[in-house]
Amino acid sequence: MNKAEYTITVYTENQIGLLNRIAIIFSRRKINVDSLNTSPTEVESVHRFTIVINETEDVVRKLCTQIEKQVDVLKAFYNTEDEIVWQEMALYKVPTDEIAEKVKVERLLREYGARAVVIRKDYTVFETTGHREETDGLIKALEPYGLIEFVRSARIAIIKDSSGFHEKLKFYEASAPGDELVENEFLNQHEEVFSM
Amino acid sequence: MEILQKIKKEVSKQTAFHSPLEGARGAVKSASGSVAVLEALIAEDANIIFGYPGGAIMPIYDALYDYEKKLNHILVRHEQGAIHAAQGFARASGKTGIVFATSGPGATNLVTGLADAMIDSTPLVCITGQVFAHLLGTDAFQETDVINITTPVTKWNYQITDATEIPSVLAKAFYIAGSGRPGPVLIDITKNAQLQMFDYAGYTKCTHIRSYRPKPIVRNEYIVAAAKLINEAKKPFVIFGQGVILGNAEKEFIAFIEKGNLPAAWTIMGMSAIPSNHKLGVGMLGMHGNYGPNVLTNECDVLIAVGMRFDDRVTGRLDKYARQAKVVHLDIDPSEIDKNVKTTVPVWGDCKETLPLLTALINKGNHAEWLQQFADYTKQEEEQCITPELNPTEGELTMGEVIKTLNELTEGNAIIVTDVGQHQMVTCRYAKYNKSKSNITSGGLGTMGYALPAAIGAKFGAPQSIVVAVIGDGGIQMTIQELGTIMQSDVQVKIIILNNQFLGMVRQWQELFMDKRYSFTNIKSPDYVKVAAAYSIEAKKVSERNDLKKSLKAMLDFNGAYLLEVMVGKENNVFPMVPQGCSVSEIRLK
Repeated sequence: MNKAEYTITVYTENQIGLLNRIAIIFSRRKINVDSLNTSPTEVESVHRFTIVINETEDVVRKLCTQIEKQVDVLKAFYNTEDEIVWQEMALYKVPTDEIAEKVKVERLLREYGARAVVIRKDYTVFETTGHREETDGLIKALEPYGLIEFVRSARIAIIKDSSGFHEKLKFYEASAPGDELVENEFLNQHEEVFSM
Repeated sequence: MEILQKIKKEVSKQTAFHSPLEGARGAVKSASGSVAVLEALIAEDANIIFGYPGGAIMPIYDALYDYEKKLNHILVRHEQGAIHAAQGFARASGKTGIVFATSGPGATNLVTGLADAMIDSTPLVCITGQVFAHLLGTDAFQETDVINITTPVTKWNYQITDATEIPSVLAKAFYIAGSGRPGPVLIDITKNAQLQMFDYAGYTKCTHIRSYRPKPIVRNEYIVAAAKLINEAKKPFVIFGQGVILGNAEKEFIAFIEKGNLPAAWTIMGMSAIPSNHKLGVGMLGMHGNYGPNVLTNECDVLIAVGMRFDDRVTGRLDKYARQAKVVHLDIDPSEIDKNVKTTVPVWGDCKETLPLLTALINKGNHAEWLQQFADYTKQEEEQCITPELNPTEGELTMGEVIKTLNELTEGNAIIVTDVGQHQMVTCRYAKYNKSKSNITSGGLGTMGYALPAAIGAKFGAPQSIVVAVIGDGGIQMTIQELGTIMQSDVQVKIIILNNQFLGMVRQWQELFMDKRYSFTNIKSPDYVKVAAAYSIEAKKVSERNDLKKSLKAMLDFNGAYLLEVMVGKENNVFPMVPQGCSVSEIRLK
């Protein structure tokens, strides 16, 4: 099985120490986390982790079952890139005199959809949002003009066919869940069962 | 001293601190955090605590002074002893074990036991004291980051800094520890929270946490699919683990194998779930398991795993493990499905619920020929391994004959606690059990030093049973200080030290795989009889075959704790053996 980039979305309670509990699931298995973001969700009190790793699907599935096993985790999903809408934001600091002198830079910025956040005499900070190739592309383009500093945010992602967490939460809050609701999606994807 | 004075001041200020909440449950009453902790234990019917006091847990111990009649506290000699004792208690009784320890070193001494309980799914609630909340993160005296240290080895942990949280957090702790796949929970309580007075409104048990599903929903389509596979099988083989015991599903399991006439083999943790003499019990799996179950794993057509997790000591080389078989896996923990062995049909759920559903759908089976294959392998194993081990006529004593003689005397009615190493494998291979929960050992973590404290706990967990700890000369020296606990609390355990003057299991590997380079496996022992005498424990040493039976009988008949040191062969090996990296079918008889 080939490694690919997977985005893991974890819905959790807002609990101190949970970040560590999730992080050690990766570090124990010597798996590098490419990007990690925590944020609120559409549901008050529920938090959302977005984690990007490069692994085989088999490993990612096992990681998700381990994450979901944590008491304070409500649900974990994993998706390939084409199943999600995602963005990353990047900031670039470049010397202002270079920008002012060279029109080419301005054109580059337009091309990458960047905008100026701060303009000072000595430097200017640009911001751009997009996929990895786009934010990476601008670094390459700016390097010849004396890129001083670069930083990129973690990925945030929305799952295309997700209908949000409101309905799911009702299921979790009920003490006796109905049979119609699928409990563990990873088990549900057990492909071999019906091909006996 | 400063801290002591501060406590004294607090205590004198708060007179209610000294009076337990007699009959106050339900009504709002002022209580200290410490009292709330003890009330929680009573409400959870947890009346035995294994612990060790210290600075940061003193308020709880002070409150305990007034609860002596309701809560039995066993003072151990080391916190590791406390947690292993709580494990032994939990394993023998099926209840949740309770541990008290102080902050810093007290808490870090629990880590080995937590890891052991985590991997062997033992329900524990550990309560550790912590420095005052305002001192957290300042490197205060005996401060350590217990929550982060214990995160990988607990099912759940939580730090309380405000007493009002105590009742609800402890309720959660007990619920999480004991439900689903059980495990250890650690609650770290800062000293200010222990001392804090608050409006105590009673204790309500926790029955639901929205982010936690202890049992997956049973899905009927998989039960049907599993039954179909079992019914079509010519050579079905059941392998079971501790899940059967933890799920209290022994009867359901026996009904299942008996209806299908299915041969069943146990893992070390599943041992005693069915009586050793059950006609369908074909033996132990794994590295030092029985010949037939290992070899025939690679010949069965349907492998039915019940409440076990395909540990590497059970599977041997994974890419040569049961490749020919379709696999049905019953487990309560969804993360175990497909973790090591790819499942054909996953039956997730509590096996107490899933087994009867499955039993209803399977046909009455007759696998006489298939069962005969197991019997044939047993015969071979008996000739080459078992008979020489159990019935030697000359030479040094063997571990096996000690266990065989013990079986004759206890008739399988004792709870047997083992440590880790050769003696553990021999005991688990040959000991006989009539009742569930009578094999207590450190299976997953392989913690040397486990047996002596675990036997203490087991005795409290099953006071009516004879508890025999079988320990090697290496393991006993790791937690020998707990003889002090046995002395002080008059714990009537029987201790057998099988002394081969070596760290035997490592020596065996050195002999077989490392050209007999016995690197640091030669271990000296103190005079155990004298050590026991210093603790006022009756003891005897035996090295002659003729004395063995009567010495064991004297040990069992003695009214009180007893230590029997048995000198056994120095360089005996445990066979059969699946060498590491080999397939289960490559098991060696010698």
